[in-house]
Amino acid sequence: MNETKHKVIELEDAVVRFAGDSGDGMQLIGNLFADAAALFGNEIATFPDYPAEIRAPHNTIAGVSGFQARISNKKIFSSGDLADLLIAMNPASLKSNLKWAKKGATILVDADSFDEKGIEKAGYKQNPLEDGSLKDYNLIKAPVSSLTWETVKGIGGDQKTANKARNMFAMGIAYYLFNRDFKTTDEFFEKKFKKKPQLISINKALLRAGYNYAETIEAIHSTFNVPAFQKAEKGKYRNITGNVAAAWGLLAAAEKSGRPLFLGSYPITPATEILMELALHKSLGAKVFQAEDEIAGICSAIGASYTGAMACTSTSGPGLSLKSEAIGLAVITELPLVIVDVQRGGPSTGLPTKSEQSDLLQALYGRNGEGPVIIIAALSPADCFYAAYESAKLSMEHMTPAICLTDGYIGQGSEIFKIPKVSDLPPINPPIAKPNDPDYKPYKRNAETLVRKWALPGTEGLRHRIGGLEKENIFGDVSMDPLNHQLMCELREKKVEKIADFIPEQKLTGDEKGDLLVVSWGGSYGSVYTAVTEMQAEGKKVSLAHFRNICPLPKNTKQILSNFDKVIVCELNLGQFVKYLKINFPEFQYHQYNKIQGLPFMVTELKEQFNKLLEEK
Amino acid sequence: MEENLTVERSRLPLSKEDFVSDQMVKWCPGCGAHAILSSVANVFPKIGYKKENFMFISGIGCSSRFPYYVNTYGFHGIHGRANAIATGVKVANPHLSVWVATGDGDSMAIGGNHFIHIIRRNVDLNIMLFNNQIYALTKGQYSPTTKMGTVTKTSPQGTIEHPFNTGELVLGAQGTFFARVVDTNPKLMTEVMFEAAKHDGTSVVEILQNCVIYADGVYDNITAKDVRDDMQLILKNGEHMIFGKNKDKGIRLKGTKLEVVQLGVNGVSVDDILIHDQYGQDPGIHLMLAKMEPPLYPVALGVIRSAMFSTYDDMVEEQIKKAKATSPIKCVDDLLNSGDTWEIK
Repeated sequence: MNETKHKVIELEDAVVRFAGDSGDGMQLIGNLFADAAALFGNEIATFPDYPAEIRAPHNTIAGVSGFQARISNKKIFSSGDLADLLIAMNPASLKSNLKWAKKGATILVDADSFDEKGIEKAGYKQNPLEDGSLKDYNLIKAPVSSLTWETVKGIGGDQKTANKARNMFAMGIAYYLFNRDFKTTDEFFEKKFKKKPQLISINKALLRAGYNYAETIEAIHSTFNVPAFQKAEKGKYRNITGNVAAAWGLLAAAEKSGRPLFLGSYPITPATEILMELALHKSLGAKVFQAEDEIAGICSAIGASYTGAMACTSTSGPGLSLKSEAIGLAVITELPLVIVDVQRGGPSTGLPTKSEQSDLLQALYGRNGEGPVIIIAALSPADCFYAAYESAKLSMEHMTPAICLTDGYIGQGSEIFKIPKVSDLPPINPPIAKPNDPDYKPYKRNAETLVRKWALPGTEGLRHRIGGLEKENIFGDVSMDPLNHQLMCELREKKVEKIADFIPEQKLTGDEKGDLLVVSWGGSYGSVYTAVTEMQAEGKKVSLAHFRNICPLPKNTKQILSNFDKVIVCELNLGQFVKYLKINFPEFQYHQYNKIQGLPFMVTELKEQFNKLLEEK
Repeated sequence: MEENLTVERSRLPLSKEDFVSDQMVKWCPGCGAHAILSSVANVFPKIGYKKENFMFISGIGCSSRFPYYVNTYGFHGIHGRANAIATGVKVANPHLSVWVATGDGDSMAIGGNHFIHIIRRNVDLNIMLFNNQIYALTKGQYSPTTKMGTVTKTSPQGTIEHPFNTGELVLGAQGTFFARVVDTNPKLMTEVMFEAAKHDGTSVVEILQNCVIYADGVYDNITAKDVRDDMQLILKNGEHMIFGKNKDKGIRLKGTKLEVVQLGVNGVSVDDILIHDQYGQDPGIHLMLAKMEPPLYPVALGVIRSAMFSTYDDMVEEQIKKAKATSPIKCVDDLLNSGDTWEIK
């Protein structure tokens, strides 16, 4: 649609970063931009980077909210390291986000916001637009605020509306720079402002005004075209965030198992979207209980599980701590329960809106007594669907609670999701006891899997009592017998170990033998995979073992570790998975690369570490 | 209450024996809990639901061993969480008759939050709260209902805390059903449990229970033979609030307060005495009754409040029914393919 004087440069891949004051609508335009790209046929990956406060002081660094969107014509696995285009709506967002722009990147600023007060509040000594500090970038100084006001005034809107809608003008410029279509965004306005037709016209007008403005200015040397991803597998696609994907995975597991979904949860950043999403789907029979606290969330789920529901609870690190005692109750009662933990920066309240992989040891060991659980870690936004589904499947079929670890980065980030058919998903067969089964005993186990039966209240002939006190094996009466306790602890442990027979072997990206094995797990997959495959293309003998099944570990883990000269474990914490590997496989030497800044890995920093290690004798 | 949510009734008549478990009852001899167990076994056949549809849930404490001693489906939870677990049970399966056995510590200290919220939501289940004014299973520390000044193992100089009045807390949390009984009156206990089962919503039955080991005699001022008639007002709906050995005392409203009056003295007649209306929506008089304490007043026993309000679990079912009828999303495939999607051919 863009036949202009500007030269069009073909790009394979581009990263756009939107930054503004929280409340400037950066998350919204970031999502709209990504949706438009996805529907155009690009591969996309997004990463929201926002503060914990809803509205921190206006125009300060603390209040800056960012959203990164990467669009590509090839398969991508992360939201990219550095931006090709940075849109900064005020001085503070320029100051805090400039480090995320590539050298030579295009930087679009709202020049109107660079007044004396704004510059000072951001902590600049002088105006960065005038002092030459941005000479290495292609700077576009657009008077976004005043042009927005002109446009809004022209169609009868007020100043307040104009202040709120500056983001749409800026997005219009981005649409011009990337030759994007208005269609999906127009449709969004029409749906969102159905009852406020004036806002539909204002937003549409601003999008076009920004676009037209960009067309006329000299500061733009070229625009970019990122063609559609041509080699995508046949099928139907959509854009999805990890939290929505996790919610849908749980719904799919409920439908597939025939067990109604019950979610007991308490709102907590960055996991709340799972609770909100499931609350939307009562038509699928989902019962969603917003509890009075984290403990009531999980305890209500345990009660629901006893009655035969596919019970889940969603939370983040601090909430997982509060749920610890109740997880132990689900362990000892041997009931299915899915705990989705969207990890964030800790300890304590920590960094609520930032991502980290630091709940692993808590998930593995954070309970009193011997409390083994299943742990699966999702590796990307779309994979949250499958990780949640598999957690539910294993939990129900093996009558053991499962913790599904995701994190803020993949939970709130999005990517393209190939829509599966429910009929293609693996079956889920919970071991439900039959009415009047004369052999039923609460802790009688399947000899092979050690799984007990699920006897649901209301069923004739199966009245029984279970609970948090140790029970006699088979019969289920309260037992303080020393030998029985040891037996039950060992049975619960072995039951989880045996799940290794029901999970896939660990896959390897790259050759089975080599100089360096990179080990990672969970949500860091995108950057680690990109770093390793780029090094492989450069001829390095590097392979990647990215773990999804954490407990139990895949059976071939030891074999894989033994085939490489060096092993490096990369994690967004101070070394939790590496501790776990050292416990299980103390015979190997492990190098570590740990980052704990609330930020994902960058591909460049990983490659630098790996190369350094390869060079070391 | 919608028909599909009623608990299925037993086709065969049931008896006490149907609910007796094979477990050895390990409460102390003389403990008031024995009487509660016996009342439950007596009242469940009368309630008449299928025996598989009863479920007991408990937390931690002497009271919370209850599920092991009654032959129903049962779940012995963790400290303070019985009410949260029970909420999940009832919401997930509204066809069950759900009973919670809990104590003053379990529900009003460590589980206080769940207690007020289950009441506020009016989840349709029955809470039997054994109030013995002490932590007995941990051997004698004060509880949130221990009277101020009581010497216990953790208050050697006497407690310095204002105790909760259970009824006041329940009504403050917008309770729709509150009843109080003493463990020495099994007949009243059985009647009240039957009423609790009939009530749609959260029924709280406070049982003033004597702990023979750690708080023996705390209710003597109410239950001792020589004082009980004068210190217990047994409420009956629609009847005058009259009590006393000679049925010559009554409760009347004077100004904004309740007052104990002697019938026939100073011209007081039966017409001056309040008539109990347990079904009244306004909790004002119910709260005043719940707060009455010796020596100025008798303790109110029986059903103090039983008001009709919508229940949480009914509304959950209604919302699901409505969503199923109106939403175009009928299965997960519909959901996966809803909204913005595109196809690559």
